[in-house]
Amino acid sequence: MDIAFMTKYLPMYERAAVLTVKIGLIGIAFAILLGLICAMIQYHKVPVARQIVAVYIEISRNTPLLVQLFFIYYGFPKIGIMMQPETCGVVGLAFLGGSYMAEAFRSGLESVAKIQSESALSLGMNRAQVMRYIVLPQAVSVSIPAFVANVIFLLKETSVFSAISLMDLMFTAKDLIGLYYKTTESLFLLVVFYLIILLPVSLLGTWLERRVRYAGFGD
Amino acid sequence: MAETLLQVKDLIKEYEGNRILDGVNLEIEQGQVVVVVGPSGCGKSTLLRCINALEPIQGGQVILEGKTVGKDNLEELRQKIGMVFQSYDLFPHLSVLDNITIAPIKVQKRKKEEVQAEARELLKRVGLEDKANSYPRQLSGGQKQRVAIVRALCMHPEILLFDEVTAALDPEMVREVLDVMLDLAKQGRTMIIVTHEMQFAKAVADKVVFIDQGKILEEAAPEEFFINPKTERAKQFLNVFQFD
Amino acid sequence: MLDLGIDVLFKGSNMLRLLSGLWVAMKISLVSILISLPLGVLVGALMTVKNRVVKVIFRVYLEIIRIMPQLVLLFIVYFGTTRALGWNLSGEVASVIVFVLWGTAEMGDLVRGALISIPKHQFESSEALGLTKRQTYIYIIIPQTIQRLIPLSINLITRMIKTTSLVLMIGVVEMLKVAQQIIEANRMTSPNAAFGVFLIVFILYFLVCWPISMLARYLEKKWNIA
Repeated sequence: MDIAFMTKYLPMYERAAVLTVKIGLIGIAFAILLGLICAMIQYHKVPVARQIVAVYIEISRNTPLLVQLFFIYYGFPKIGIMMQPETCGVVGLAFLGGSYMAEAFRSGLESVAKIQSESALSLGMNRAQVMRYIVLPQAVSVSIPAFVANVIFLLKETSVFSAISLMDLMFTAKDLIGLYYKTTESLFLLVVFYLIILLPVSLLGTWLERRVRYAGFGD
Repeated sequence: MAETLLQVKDLIKEYEGNRILDGVNLEIEQGQVVVVVGPSGCGKSTLLRCINALEPIQGGQVILEGKTVGKDNLEELRQKIGMVFQSYDLFPHLSVLDNITIAPIKVQKRKKEEVQAEARELLKRVGLEDKANSYPRQLSGGQKQRVAIVRALCMHPEILLFDEVTAALDPEMVREVLDVMLDLAKQGRTMIIVTHEMQFAKAVADKVVFIDQGKILEEAAPEEFFINPKTERAKQFLNVFQFD
Repeated sequence: MLDLGIDVLFKGSNMLRLLSGLWVAMKISLVSILISLPLGVLVGALMTVKNRVVKVIFRVYLEIIRIMPQLVLLFIVYFGTTRALGWNLSGEVASVIVFVLWGTAEMGDLVRGALISIPKHQFESSEALGLTKRQTYIYIIIPQTIQRLIPLSINLITRMIKTTSLVLMIGVVEMLKVAQQIIEANRMTSPNAAFGVFLIVFILYFLVCWPISMLARYLEKKWNIA
């Protein structure tokens, strides 16, 4: 392997990795927000909004991110919605991730037994207090494994951003392969950088999962 | 004559076309212990849940201290009604102490130190002073129910509702919970108790209410009800508990 | 009315071309699925054996494949093998290799999960009824495993189908590529074609994946697996 080549282009990979992580994290943050809203709507069975959420979840989960991105990036400008590639990446990731997060949160919320909110209500708590002090803390711990899996899944999905001309890791690798035929070196750096991004999240996830799992939940 | 604390008037509860409670009228005086008995599915648990407005009702009223329980005063009135459920109602993510103190602190906005001191005092009275920092999963069923009672007490309720609190317990744990309830009765607490423990009912009740098919069929002093039930249904019901 | 460029697809054989692009993607997924499902069952079963070495080997394989984005795997196989091994793989073959490697790992994990989720008392009560080990597996364990497994593997199939959209990035002419070509060719006459054509691509992917997801959900409900 050509070490000199690799050191020379290391900063390029670093910039690309920062971009990948930045867009990934912002997108995931919006996905979490969107997912929470959708899960709340479904949990509280809000009329009409609930049906809209159900349709959104089906659409989002049954189409590939790449197709969603193409539609947003190339299609939307034709109806007057123009966005920077970065914004497209964030919007696409939030659109895809929102439904996955919603499902994770919803299953967490539904896992909390009805008697839990009933006994909280019988203590005089209002709906918001029941949600904040009793239901959410329990739901979160149930949602964590799915949540972490979603974060990893979404970070991996960012690899398609190069298709909408974002200069991310894939873009950089492909560029270098095309320009200098340094295939092995380019791919090696690609793998290393993805490992640097994904491995800590994966390990953190495993650790979190072990920590939050309380045995014999409630009985 | 003691004043009426809680009044249930013409209460009607329907669920999916079935009438669960069919015009129930009930009055509970300050300091009175009312035991509600009846065959399974007669609506006695539903009655308690309706009093605490956990179930929407289709007719009638629940009046506490002269105020009708409604949407706008729900949280206020629920603070005055303490309820203990059959089981599994402790919050698994909170320690025993936090289970007891969360509502007084967050709902009644009382001082943390004061509430915690009271909680410890109450735990001591039910023999669980060493469990304050345990989690629900580390307790036995009987211990959990005693904590649930303390949790209700710590809100300083005017009236306590007990919904078959020993039904899910192992037999050897029933006694420790019933003893706590007997103790509360002696202190002059107002309580409505739904139970299948007939001996306990006899010992604790000032008044026994017999419900069948959503209606109150008998309302009498315990010695009268258990020895001389007036209706055929009540006789049949009591016979189930006789072995000799 | 706003021209959204959907009419482009009704010109000439454009729609047919788009559908044949979809068929390319579907063919890659179908072949990969048909190979990786049985391989995954084998890997999953092997992962439950008591042998430490076997376990570790498969664990490592699984973790490596699952942590890398599928697109990175595609790049490694497509560009990497050309360089390192001197093969000249077509995009299609590289795709199938990657999807088989990945699908097998995912399926293996599902199978392992389903096998170890069968409670021990199921074995014990079958034994208590006097069933032999063979009978226990045939009548008790395998049917339960399959019930748990089928909805999950159907979900895996939709994931694999969605992932085939990536093969565009290693030069396979599938639906997205055809869509780009159509849009490009009609740039002058139909400047808004990008909206209409990509909308149709979007809908077509949905129409393929949605019924499969529904089937998985239906089976899950029917067998009531928590």
